[in-house]
Amino acid sequence: MARFFVKHTLFLLLTLFVVSFLVFTLNEFSPGAVARKLLGAYATQDQVDTLTKQMGLDRPLLVRYVDYLGTVATGDLGYSQRFKLPVKDVIWKHLRHTALLAAIAFACIVPLSMLLGVTAGMREGSRLDRAILMFSTIVASIPEFALGVFLASVFVAWLGWLPGTATLLAGGGWSVPAQLVLPVAVIVLFDSGYVVSMIRASMVEVMQRPYIRTAVLKGLPFRSVILRHAVRNAMLTPITVIMLQINYLVAGVVVVETVFAYPGFGRMMLEAALFKDIALVEAGALVAVFLAVVTNILGDIAYVLLDPRIRA
Amino acid sequence: MTEPVLDVQHLAVAYATRAGEVPVIPDLSFQLNAGEALGLVGESGCGKSTVALSIMRYLGRGGRITGGRIVFEGRDLGELDERALRSIRGRRIAMVYQDPMASLNPVMTVGRQLVEVPMIHDGVARAAARARALAMLREVKIADAEAVMERYPHQLSGGQQQRIVIAMALIAEPALLIMDEPTTGLDVTVEAAVLDLVRELRRRRDTAILFISHNLGSVVRVCDRVGVMYRGEIVEEGTVRHIFTNPRHPYTRGLLDCLPTLGRDKRRVPLVPIPGQVEPLSERTLGCGFASRCGYVEAGRCTSRPIPMAALEREAGHHVACLRLHELPRWRPRRSAVTTLDTDASADPMIAVHHLTKVYEPRRRRRRYGLPRPPVRALADVTVDAGRRQTLAIVGESGCGKSTLAKVLSGLEVATAGEVKLDGVEVGAVRVEARSRALRRTLQMVFQNPDSTLNPSHTVGYAIGRALRRLHDRAPSDAAADVARLLEVVKLAPAMASRMPRQLSGGEKQRVAIARALAGDPAVIVADEPVSALDVSVQAAVINLLNEIQAARGATLVFISHDLAVVRYLADHVAVMYLGTVAEFGRVDRVFAPPYHPYTEALLSAVPVLDPDQDAARIILEGPVPRAHEIPRGCPFATRCPRRVGQICDDVPPPVQQLGADHRIACHIPAEELRRLQTATVAEAGAR
Amino acid sequence: MSTPATAEVLSASPPAAARVRARARWRRRLDALLASTPATVGLAIVLAWVVLGILAPVVAPYPPNANDLGALARPTPSTAHWLGTDQLGRDLLSRILWGARPVLVIAPLAVLGAAALGSLLGLSAGYHGRWISLVITRACDIVLSFPVIILYMIILAHFGSSAWNIIGVLTLTKAPIIARIVRGMTLDLREREYVAAAKMRGESALYIMFVEILPNARGPLLVDMCLRTGYNIVIIGVLGFLGIGLPPPDPDWGGMVKDTYGMMTVWPHMSLFPCAAISSLVVGFNLLAVGLREIGLRD
Repeated sequence: MARFFVKHTLFLLLTLFVVSFLVFTLNEFSPGAVARKLLGAYATQDQVDTLTKQMGLDRPLLVRYVDYLGTVATGDLGYSQRFKLPVKDVIWKHLRHTALLAAIAFACIVPLSMLLGVTAGMREGSRLDRAILMFSTIVASIPEFALGVFLASVFVAWLGWLPGTATLLAGGGWSVPAQLVLPVAVIVLFDSGYVVSMIRASMVEVMQRPYIRTAVLKGLPFRSVILRHAVRNAMLTPITVIMLQINYLVAGVVVVETVFAYPGFGRMMLEAALFKDIALVEAGALVAVFLAVVTNILGDIAYVLLDPRIRA
Repeated sequence: MTEPVLDVQHLAVAYATRAGEVPVIPDLSFQLNAGEALGLVGESGCGKSTVALSIMRYLGRGGRITGGRIVFEGRDLGELDERALRSIRGRRIAMVYQDPMASLNPVMTVGRQLVEVPMIHDGVARAAARARALAMLREVKIADAEAVMERYPHQLSGGQQQRIVIAMALIAEPALLIMDEPTTGLDVTVEAAVLDLVRELRRRRDTAILFISHNLGSVVRVCDRVGVMYRGEIVEEGTVRHIFTNPRHPYTRGLLDCLPTLGRDKRRVPLVPIPGQVEPLSERTLGCGFASRCGYVEAGRCTSRPIPMAALEREAGHHVACLRLHELPRWRPRRSAVTTLDTDASADPMIAVHHLTKVYEPRRRRRRYGLPRPPVRALADVTVDAGRRQTLAIVGESGCGKSTLAKVLSGLEVATAGEVKLDGVEVGAVRVEARSRALRRTLQMVFQNPDSTLNPSHTVGYAIGRALRRLHDRAPSDAAADVARLLEVVKLAPAMASRMPRQLSGGEKQRVAIARALAGDPAVIVADEPVSALDVSVQAAVINLLNEIQAARGATLVFISHDLAVVRYLADHVAVMYLGTVAEFGRVDRVFAPPYHPYTEALLSAVPVLDPDQDAARIILEGPVPRAHEIPRGCPFATRCPRRVGQICDDVPPPVQQLGADHRIACHIPAEELRRLQTATVAEAGAR
Repeated sequence: MSTPATAEVLSASPPAAARVRARARWRRRLDALLASTPATVGLAIVLAWVVLGILAPVVAPYPPNANDLGALARPTPSTAHWLGTDQLGRDLLSRILWGARPVLVIAPLAVLGAAALGSLLGLSAGYHGRWISLVITRACDIVLSFPVIILYMIILAHFGSSAWNIIGVLTLTKAPIIARIVRGMTLDLREREYVAAAKMRGESALYIMFVEILPNARGPLLVDMCLRTGYNIVIIGVLGFLGIGLPPPDPDWGGMVKDTYGMMTVWPHMSLFPCAAISSLVVGFNLLAVGLREIGLRD
């Protein structure tokens, strides 16, 4: 187990270095952009150059990178030009919002996908299986913004049951839970479609294994065959993927956040990227990578816990 | 006579395929009495497993019972609902499967899987069920039953796994036990132990056994009666003695004639393959299903109407489905005395392997997060020679290093230490990529698995043509003719050149692989288990083909095998290997006669023999093959050796005793002593 | 018995015979494909969009960027504009038809690029042991561990968005996935005996990778490429929706939604129709993939 952690920690550090360096390098492709952004379009080139020099942006790339790493190591992530706040505060605020959305969605996705995936895969080719397969394929095919538009046109424009935005502000007379319904629904539908088809495929394969035949021919009721013998085996392959969904839920839901004007992490990154708010982009990217690698590790741990063959 | 436990009446089974419904079993009847063991034998695709699954009512999707009745303990299984079926499955009828590893749930402990059965069927509490499971494990001779209960299947050896499956089947004390190829895939010594266990359990319990196997030898060991199946029909049925001493159906005779046994030798009694191949089940005609391959077929008579089962008057219970039953000549087993040879491998060696050692450094990340594994010594100080125009057989169980030896010879692996001389040239450290074209042409290989030996994306013609181009400098213009010529050498029609591998049978694929190996006209052919995946009737033809080619071309054949009977038949010289070392090496007639190395002795005793009078194996090896880090410093066989003399075996590597120019044994026991101990064996071996 | 057969093989000139066989093979594959309902439906949807996209200049009733100021007051579907117009009075039907063109060029091109690059990386990583494998898999892991959508945002926001940039980014981010699949299959396939046989006759590593191994990976690879095309279309739509997709004013489905979804309570048709268009095309590709997988499993 120690080997496992050392290996993964090393990989995490390596990834963080590579990514932060790459993002850092991006700056180089638009020299003077930072100063220009700060000073506005009407500043003279001289002014831009002076500010660039003042900020130390004319030094060699590696020097500045090492300098940057030094600052980061002290816990200072810099100042966000876009939000006019310390980067740390901006990121924390948006991450908290995203965590709320992600937690609710994850709590829905896992049981729903397992239920549908196992039900479909336990009798391959049955009508129920075909129906679930078609449903998951279609739902996973519709881009999140389209799903959002479809759901909103029904529940917001037509029925008027739910708000079309989820700004988390009390304005507009909708409670926060009501605001969260549509974003969560879109994420859950879109993501479950993918996870269901993974679990189904794995379940189909497991049901053809000889040990399932052994269980059936022992005289076990079908329910026990499924619950005791099939499900745990069927979750082996998808478990890593399921854990990776956490990653998607935190960093990948920018579209849903945009559709519903949700003040989350993804939308913050989009704005930072469009505004070329380098400090925020850099820090946000590191957070995203950190989360990604950690969820990878979580997936691996879950796998090891489920499969005794690996533990040996 | 009491009512039979199982009465199968005119059973018909069909499978739905894309081409329509194919009758797999047209009309099958047999009975099984309490405490009786019936063997169903036949080659792959003859429908024997379908019979088992029909009884279990578990045919899978597409399979369907289209007619007949299966009466078990007076009840028609076909009429039972799901619930009634469940109360029979696992309680009154239990099953043991091929491939025990796959039959056990990998993520549940053995104990939980065992305990489940009595808890469900007899509603006993967990503690009571556990006690029963423990008792059952002891009955199937699992040492340390308490600990094994807590283990997962992958932590057990193949033999232990199969004992667990048997225990799981017997724990509810069923009236009928169905065993579907229970020993296929197990090593011969393990197989012998499992078969002995089944015999013993049979004697102790009153369970009827339906024993399904392609291996005639294992059927002899376990069963009272045998049914021989061909294309979904029982063509002959009788007691073990009837079938093996007086076979009447041409197919049964064909099976016996094409089977290598320890008493057969290529110089005296050639194998007689059954001509042709099994026709697809979708093309069923009215008459005898075997007619197209039968040497006694009478046009019109055999093919015009269904063939009834006829009883033999003098042998009660012996039934044969052949119209010409009384017109066939009497059958005699083909046996021969062991011939003596006058060849010497070391005189003019084509291959000389001296003190070869191969160590595998463990591959990192092979298995995620497993512990780092110690290096594996696949070959340790191996010395063997093969003379020109001779056949050297290397025999041993899985993990003995025989395939590694083949790989080092062929350059797919390189030696860690020692010499490997090919026609006088040192090649042990030369990877095949670095070998000269002449050297590559000298040695070619035939592989084990017919399904992976040919690239599924390439036609037969391309595979052979490419080999010709690479090894023979052929201009493309006459390549087609050369391909056709090579196909004829392996007795395939030249039109095969345009076929894809998936359109070929296993035997045909293996012939194409042989043709490909012959493209460069090699002086040495290394064949790694070339027939182990083939049915016996096909196996005989491929063995004969290899033998012919070797003789006609004057090539040296290195034949790797786990099958002692095949080795006995084919080899001039034999190396018996155990855990990377050569236990015994010598001329075939010497190796197969005392004094034996104790391991050779155990192997020979474990080979199932087609003789109903022969009793069970005399030597059963205890315990599993040690893992890499458990191999003793001294003799690797010491942990299981029935003739172990003492501490010296564990600590001191055994001396190599040279017995004449052409025979050597690595053992602490002096050869004379071994001979004396093994004399009893000689008399019996002669009787085989 | 072998003489007539020999004559038959020798008389038929090999190229002609090969062509006949190849045609028969394709025929069989197509039949198998059409036997699967999802595959048939998926293929029909995809083909329909391809045809509509190609014929857009002919069948679209209006030029894609022409404003009908008269329709601005009533942009909803009418006889003049079957699907209505957008907020600038441009005909939605025409824009949707024209919008199929960039998507159907960019998505497959990016998949082909990713497949070529990914196969090369995957084959090398799987066939050669040790450090080549280590470097490639680690590099792929790093790209894969990064949340792609954030990657797209950073890169496209920085370099600006154009068709080529999108193809480039999609190729680079999808290649590691394909590399991983191909590597996995190569690790398995390189142990096959026919690969050993190829080594025994002295074939080069390139020959073994591309002639012996890659053709046997094509089934799963094809399924994956089909899925990947669908995902690429989603991403192109998403990029457009986020405002970092294809530059305006030319029609882009995602961009069309971006410009109009704020007006959804008033004129839902403006965003609903482009959403339906993109969804149907992706569904088509994914159904095709489901069908292909079924066929692959059956053989």
